[in-house]
Amino acid sequence: MEELVQHLTPILKEITGYIFPNEVELHWGILIVLYPYLTGLVAGAFILASLVKVFNVKELQPTYRIAMLTALAFLIVAPLPLLGHLGHPEKSYEIFLTPNTTSAMAMFGFVYAWYLMAVLLLEIWFDYRRDIILWASKEKGIKKWIHKIVSLFSKDISEKAIHFDKKSVKIVTIIGIPSAFLLHGYVGFIFGSIKANPWWSSVLMPIVFLFSAIVSGIALVLIIYMVVTPLRSKPIQMDCLDKLASYLFYVMIIDFSLEALDFIHRIYESEESIKILSELVSGKLFVSLVVIQLLMGMLIPLASIAATKIFKAPSELKKMVYFIAAILVEIGIFTTRWNIVIGGQLFSKSLRGLTVYKMTFFGLEGFLAAIGILILPFIILFILMKLLPPWEEARNP
Amino acid sequence: MEKKTNEAEKKLERRNFLKKLAVVSMAPIAFGFLGSGEKLMGLKKWVLDNGYVPKDHKWGMGIDINKCIGCGRCADACKNENNVPREPFFFRTWVERYRIYDDGEVLVDSPDGSIDGFEVLSTKKKMERSFFVPKICNHCDNPPCVQVCPVGATFKSEDGVVLVDSDYCIGCRYCIQACPYGARFLHPVTRTAEKCTFCYQRITKDKLPVCVEVCPTQARVFGELNKKASPLVRFLRMNKIGILKPSLNTEPKVFYANLDMEVK
Repeated sequence: MEELVQHLTPILKEITGYIFPNEVELHWGILIVLYPYLTGLVAGAFILASLVKVFNVKELQPTYRIAMLTALAFLIVAPLPLLGHLGHPEKSYEIFLTPNTTSAMAMFGFVYAWYLMAVLLLEIWFDYRRDIILWASKEKGIKKWIHKIVSLFSKDISEKAIHFDKKSVKIVTIIGIPSAFLLHGYVGFIFGSIKANPWWSSVLMPIVFLFSAIVSGIALVLIIYMVVTPLRSKPIQMDCLDKLASYLFYVMIIDFSLEALDFIHRIYESEESIKILSELVSGKLFVSLVVIQLLMGMLIPLASIAATKIFKAPSELKKMVYFIAAILVEIGIFTTRWNIVIGGQLFSKSLRGLTVYKMTFFGLEGFLAAIGILILPFIILFILMKLLPPWEEARNP
Repeated sequence: MEKKTNEAEKKLERRNFLKKLAVVSMAPIAFGFLGSGEKLMGLKKWVLDNGYVPKDHKWGMGIDINKCIGCGRCADACKNENNVPREPFFFRTWVERYRIYDDGEVLVDSPDGSIDGFEVLSTKKKMERSFFVPKICNHCDNPPCVQVCPVGATFKSEDGVVLVDSDYCIGCRYCIQACPYGARFLHPVTRTAEKCTFCYQRITKDKLPVCVEVCPTQARVFGELNKKASPLVRFLRMNKIGILKPSLNTEPKVFYANLDMEVK
């Protein structure tokens, strides 16, 4: 209590205009920025993986399993920031037991469980089953047992069984694409359906969320592929990388168009909230929205990828451009989430004033916790890669 | 004979056990069935024990802006009555001062929610109009906060009052985001959502909400919306009435007389 009051008192001096007294405490902080960021990476990585299985994009084969494991690693971590920000995490199970059917947030548990159990785990299991059985048959000790348990003690690697696996993967992927859309579209709906908040309330929100999710997912897999492959002293396959960069480019064009449409629409309709929102965008959000999200995270990567295509850049240069572009995109999408979540709480619902967000360093909702939550999926991914090597050469032990 | 009854008892026991097992195993998937209805049982029992029947009432409030002098006694009394933390970040009700100058500038303030009243202003600019606006939860008939609560901890009672069951609230703060009026806050000690209840502990015992009771100018009128003899119905008959943010279709049950267009 005292800590909170100490945190809030200096904010009183930084408020401009008038905000409702209950609005001094900003309720959704850095953890709620992380939540849509992490689920976005999950949905994006999965959709990238499904390009291989459903749309038969052969060039992307080397990244298929990497993308699946990435999606799983991030999905495991995704509920953590939500749990951390609750006033009563110990009561969170009530969302499952007595969900309010009119609440978008209440559906979280069901969407999450469906996506984890019915889509990701199932697809990974079917895709890896044959390899896990083969690995287990040649290994000893703990690893053998881990693989045996992960394969759920199945042993059948007859042609018929493998054919069934392949078919199942395809079916699960086909179910998975709308599920991934649901997973992230619904996160957008959590914000887009709040009519009290003119910055959030937009029918485009779920769609913008979705496409920015795909953008961030592709960029993440590109980064992981480019970091991990040299670490294993293997050559990076240029056709794969080019394809990744192309998809990144096209999806970014869609994402950019949608965001531009949203922006133009708001300005053209020029509703009651336009004054305070312009003040927000040209003031407190200028750096994170215009400079980082739009210029660094969108226009520069778009232009640089386009330049490599137009000037037919040599491979080494392309690699560097792709890598830097992907990093910029990740930063850009993170600030997109920031601008939505934090930006939507910086102005008062009285539409008469602006407040500030002061992140704490320590504590459950502080900077350190956020960094921890961001690093955790990479540790999980490392373990998953050790346990279920996603490389081509691991397929035939 | 005894053996037979024993067996019958055993059978019954087994059947009961199976029934319980079925109920327990159904629990995780039986979402929606155990909705807010179940949760309201405790509250219902409490109010019925007091001889209060929620469905016989429909409460609302009228606020006459012309009568409010901005003394802030309502905000102060509310904090005392409802154990609201005294710090200036938590309010169930507060008073705003509006100053509209002839150059079109609008200044709004509410220092410490008006608990100590307002400072006298000195400005050379010419004032066009000025007034005080008490704010409170609007107890919307179509409440967005209730719609979004993931666990059904906040609900509209049968008498129209929007309440929070703090035993169920998980502190996700979605309701705070969904309220267009800034009427909710997270209680810093209980870590659950808090808001005006029209002093539910008082109105169920035939008393007025404390903010209404302490108002020296009777700017606040509390009463039944469905009973012709109620002072609130008379208030609605005698005044031109406005509500806050009508475009959001929240259907507030707090009605303002002499509401200015600048009030949001």
